[in-house]
Amino acid sequence: MDILSIEGLTKHYSSGWPGRPPLVVLSGLSFSVAAGEIYGFLGPNGAGKTTTLKILMGLMRANSGTAKVFGYAAGDIRAKQRTGFLPESPYFYDYLTAEEFLGFYGRLAGINRSELSGRIIQMLQLVDLTEARHRQLRKFSKGMLQRVGLAQALIHDPELIVLDEPMSGLDPIGRKLIRDVILNLRDRGKTIFFSSHIIPDVEMICDRVGIIMKGKLLATGRVDELVRRDHVQSVEVVCEGVEVNKLSGIEPFASRVRQQGRQSLIILQQSHNLERVLAEIRKHGGHLISVTPQKGTLEELFLNPSCSLSEVGG
Amino acid sequence: MWSIGVISLNTFRENLRDKILYNLLFFAVFLIGGAIALGDLTVMEHDKIISDIGLASINLIGIIIAIFVGTGLVSREIDRRTVYTIMARPIHRVQFLLGKYLGLVVTLVVNVVIMLIVYLATLWSGHVPIRSTVFQAVQLMLVEMLVITAVALMFSTFSTATLSAIFTIGVYIVGHLTEDLKAIAERSPSATIKGLMSGLYYIFPNLEMLNIKGQAASGISVSIAFQSMATVYGLLYATLLLVGGCLIFQRRDF
Repeated sequence: MDILSIEGLTKHYSSGWPGRPPLVVLSGLSFSVAAGEIYGFLGPNGAGKTTTLKILMGLMRANSGTAKVFGYAAGDIRAKQRTGFLPESPYFYDYLTAEEFLGFYGRLAGINRSELSGRIIQMLQLVDLTEARHRQLRKFSKGMLQRVGLAQALIHDPELIVLDEPMSGLDPIGRKLIRDVILNLRDRGKTIFFSSHIIPDVEMICDRVGIIMKGKLLATGRVDELVRRDHVQSVEVVCEGVEVNKLSGIEPFASRVRQQGRQSLIILQQSHNLERVLAEIRKHGGHLISVTPQKGTLEELFLNPSCSLSEVGG
Repeated sequence: MWSIGVISLNTFRENLRDKILYNLLFFAVFLIGGAIALGDLTVMEHDKIISDIGLASINLIGIIIAIFVGTGLVSREIDRRTVYTIMARPIHRVQFLLGKYLGLVVTLVVNVVIMLIVYLATLWSGHVPIRSTVFQAVQLMLVEMLVITAVALMFSTFSTATLSAIFTIGVYIVGHLTEDLKAIAERSPSATIKGLMSGLYYIFPNLEMLNIKGQAASGISVSIAFQSMATVYGLLYATLLLVGGCLIFQRRDF
């Protein structure tokens, strides 16, 4: 079942000058997010990620197309009741303490007084801010603000969590904490939709990803499927007992060779040449140490979309 | 209603922590200092001057808060992007706007009440008679503050805090000159000027209707009918502005 669906979404801004074409931010964007999955929305800065999220949260209106959350039009109160949202580089009421801050957002979500104090304690523990609960947010670091922001998004135990660049600007410990929280939420059956331009984060935790560029969805699917389907695999061969520069027969197939002491590293662009290379190594008296197929990464896919991706959904 | 209450309470708390009530200290020092100094300098008009200064101070400080806090009520939320997380909650935009408005109104009422207490204490200590006209004047001042807050809020739904403040100050000044606009319209031979001035007269709030400080300081009371009519007029005007602000705010992108 789709929790979130977008169909032919278009957003453009007037250029401000008569005769000049409008600035197109989203162009016929279509995709959906199923219940219980982590969906990563990947794209460079200015690709249209934040605009899409703002439309989904009812902060912005699309020029055409539909965006539905839990079957309701984006921005509908019934959808917002079941959704938690953390915007990019959030700024909060810095005169509030962490406890007051979560209390404010909890009350806005309609949590009753008796339940709220328990939820606040739970959320502060979840994001490791229990000790800072009486501290005003103006004394928080960027990482702490991001974590308390995540806590406000989760205070009402939403079914869908929408996060805009949740790991941006965080140190490795902060990023791991956010990743762990996201994975934990997925294990509890929640649906997570988050945007990012940090590829390893997306690759590490997402069930599915959508790649957006210049307002168009270039690809969507499982990370392994996208990588396997679109990228040429390479193979890393490590052997010893032979000098790599004597293996003249491998030159046409190897993209990179390197001698490290007794060991030699050979990287092949295509796996079907592997047998020939192995035969050449044996012929020169070398011993095989390892053969490792190198899976294509999302980064390669992301950086070179023209050769590997076909446009989907407009 | 719940959401409006939560937002207004938070707005009130924000105003408190922004140390807006510090102006009360300034007010008390100014009033007491002014009263003592003028009490020594004047002989005949002693009571009237003390009353005048006190009422004018309450009015001035209230209007300054209404303009400068009111114009930041929404625009600051948008600039700082705090509006994103609030609008993502299950609340309507109208509830947010009304919550912000009521939060500032509560701040103004608390300010005016404290300033009134200081003022009455000053009158009492200076042996100046306390008349009911003082309360009439302060009540209409509060209505004027409600109108000005609504003006500021409406501008802040679509403009920056600085521009909103400029526009609101403009409305406040013209609002106190509406009788002059009417007089110009009546006397001008030019049909264009007549039309323009008449238009401005009807569009801008008649804030002089809410200004009875002069009478109050002299101990002249106004009728209950006038007091009620002026109050209803002010509240109606503020309501219209809030409706306008809500309509604009409903349509805008963040």
